[in-house]
Amino acid sequence: MRWATRAGVHIDRAACAWLIGRFIDPDGDFVFVSDPAEVPADATPFDMRGVELGHHGDRCSFETFLVRYELADPVLARIGQIVHEADLDDGRYDAPEAPGLDVALRGLSMTGDDERTLAVTGPLFDGLYEFIRRSYLLGREPA
Amino acid sequence: MTGEWVLLSYRLPREPSAPRVALWRRLKRLGVAQVSDGLVALPADARTREQLEWAADDVVERGGAASVWLARPASVAQERGLATAMAAARAVEYAELVTAAQRAMDGTPGERPRLLAGLRRKLREISRRDFFPPAERDGAQAALRALAERMEPAAAERIER
Repeated sequence: MRWATRAGVHIDRAACAWLIGRFIDPDGDFVFVSDPAEVPADATPFDMRGVELGHHGDRCSFETFLVRYELADPVLARIGQIVHEADLDDGRYDAPEAPGLDVALRGLSMTGDDERTLAVTGPLFDGLYEFIRRSYLLGREPA
Repeated sequence: MTGEWVLLSYRLPREPSAPRVALWRRLKRLGVAQVSDGLVALPADARTREQLEWAADDVVERGGAASVWLARPASVAQERGLATAMAAARAVEYAELVTAAQRAMDGTPGERPRLLAGLRRKLREISRRDFFPPAERDGAQAALRALAERMEPAAAERIER
């Protein structure tokens, strides 16, 4: 499948792309566009205005993906809270990880293109997933 | 030469009032300048434009009408008017922070770390919507530094982590 999103990837789009690659469509391709009208006909748009896989109500796009694809993993739900706070910063969740993650992602988008941002953030989200998974298993922060 | 601004024009039904309140809170958090009824502005960058686009979608989902525009004020005076109003709004918030920091100074040492953590979060929140920093920002930063220095080193370290 092809997936399309806005160019200039930040936290929400990077997290969605990771989620797609890891849980929804491992062989998916990504295209980056500057206007919704440029989305190719065969691509599924996400994190753009007026699309199903975008912000809805209080949810950021990553959280919308979790609902739409019925991903009921508590680790993903927690990552959703962190992405929500990094993206929207509305104080809905307690996520001290969010400001640091947001700054790191914004810096990445200043020093490389979108392909590179996804290449770098993939392992980052893998690590975040593993850290949260272990902390849920242990009931406390892992080493 | 004036800079580029992103504008959100919106119209929401008067009733029910919940969507209006939600939108008002959201725009307040973003630190917008109110140009007129149903028209707000922010200096344009990738983030502000995205935030106002999501706000526009939200208005439409709640049964209203909204559009997002990129524009330049036609005169420097007009732009300065917007910037001055925004700086004044932030100055009030920074001043409130200074008052709260002074109250925390007078509080018991035991509750200071928790208060300081909350005030730092608040400072970060205000800074994020501060596009034209007023002099009061320095005062707020200094007040939080003074509060941190007043704490015992061990407590200060705990809260830093």
